[in-house]
Amino acid sequence: MMSNKIETQKPDMWTARLRQSWQKNLPIEKLLPDTQPAYVASWIYVFGVLTLSALAVIIASGVVLAFEGPSWYHISDAGRFVNSLHFWSVQLFFFFMVVHLWGKFWMAAWRGKRQATWITGSIAFVVSIATAFTGYLTQTNFDSQWIAFEAKDGFNSVGIGAWFTVTNLGQMLLMHVAFLPLVLGLITVIHVLQVRRKGVVPPIDAFDQTLKGVNK
Amino acid sequence: MSADKSAIHSKESAPWQGQVRRYDIVKEGVIALLIVSLLTLTLSIFMGSPDEPSLTFKGWAASNSDNFYTTAVQELAGTSESAGYGAPYNDAGVGLNLGPLWLQKWAGIHHPINSANDFVITPLGEQQQPAEVAAALSTWRSAAVVDKQRWAVDYDAALSAVEGKVSAVKSGDYGPVPTLAKGLTAMATSGALDGLLLSQGGFFQTDHTKQILFFGDGAYLDDAGTAANLQGGTWGMMNETGRYPGQAWLWLYSLWYQIPPFNNEESHPIGANADAYILALMGFMTLGLVMIPFIPGVRSLPIRIPLHRAIWRQYYQTEGIGKRKKK
Repeated sequence: MMSNKIETQKPDMWTARLRQSWQKNLPIEKLLPDTQPAYVASWIYVFGVLTLSALAVIIASGVVLAFEGPSWYHISDAGRFVNSLHFWSVQLFFFFMVVHLWGKFWMAAWRGKRQATWITGSIAFVVSIATAFTGYLTQTNFDSQWIAFEAKDGFNSVGIGAWFTVTNLGQMLLMHVAFLPLVLGLITVIHVLQVRRKGVVPPIDAFDQTLKGVNK
Repeated sequence: MSADKSAIHSKESAPWQGQVRRYDIVKEGVIALLIVSLLTLTLSIFMGSPDEPSLTFKGWAASNSDNFYTTAVQELAGTSESAGYGAPYNDAGVGLNLGPLWLQKWAGIHHPINSANDFVITPLGEQQQPAEVAAALSTWRSAAVVDKQRWAVDYDAALSAVEGKVSAVKSGDYGPVPTLAKGLTAMATSGALDGLLLSQGGFFQTDHTKQILFFGDGAYLDDAGTAANLQGGTWGMMNETGRYPGQAWLWLYSLWYQIPPFNNEESHPIGANADAYILALMGFMTLGLVMIPFIPGVRSLPIRIPLHRAIWRQYYQTEGIGKRKKK
């Protein structure tokens, strides 16, 4: 029988189930918190947000470069400056990300069912390297000539070079400005959502009662 | 897992019930973005970025015409690096291996390249040539394969005997090869070869594989790489032209090329196939990085080596949590 009132809570609806799951696992209070555990009090914690900020500058400067084309910066002072912004934001991005990664390693940040956070973060690191590498190949200067010549041997040696052709500027450019940023962006979003969902990992020994009170 | 460990694991995964402090996530993000933007701006203004102009065939022929000429002869003789490379360009070589795995060969030819035709004969035929070059081209095209091979190989050997000094080569029966090499060198010197190799008979072209391979066959690109300290044996993978940081994140990848057996190309089977072994090793290590939470021993390193004491120093002091006793 048809009803005038639509049953939005019907559990067999995919949309309703997705919404309920989202509200349960990632309510707005977790997504945009105004408090956090008191133990989150170290400089090491800023490197995550610094990495994201550097990524934002990379994307912004990269979009400008993409609009003007890969050879623009050779002939324009403005282009050279935007290219410099892109270059240095990449350098900062990797510096922040490596410190962030080491910090999370020494925190054993995968504890408490946070393995997916570590896995997405480390995959983001690997995809970032691939994205930066294709960027170096699309500089259309001597560096990209040299890197293409040298790198082809590595990829060819294991058969990957048959499909991933580092000497093909068109393929590398599309990889650099379309496919890899899309993958990196997606993984980064999943990684950040994992952090918000699971929360920041508590200190090692925080719940080990045998160690409590020793310093007192 | 013991009952104690299971209880700790359960508490670690549950929402934090202890003390909290104020945290403005939006403000933190905006401030971080401002700091990084300012830092990037400052570095860009004061340091700029590298942009060493690309090499050209014109530049090669002008700066070292004998080397260009000799390379053209090697392309005709089939003795250049690209001519004997193997997959994915041709079947002249077996490529590298990972022990019994011949992945390079098995992947097959995906970018067919015939060094003699693609680098010398076709470019010469694309442009109107002086009479002697046109005649040499006609002779080459109508000659038997065995004759082409004999002329080019003999001339290549004669050039090698005088270390590539073209004017010192002994006279002999080299057929049209010297004229073809001379014609191609003239084309390169005029700048015409750069355009012809790029266009390859079409208008739009974004694949530079042929140019890169041709460059790599001679000494011009290699010398420029050495001068810029970019060779693999000197950490070149993570270097960059000028005084810039380069791809420092490739340090581990680059490290393997500096140490035995990977840097022993001449006499060790792993060194001779270093590219394949190092890529496989890095793939394995990357998988290890991703899977650290599941690798016994590695995943407990941060617990055994108490660097976390520095990270959460304030928390441990507040909570009065002491050091783990040695058993």
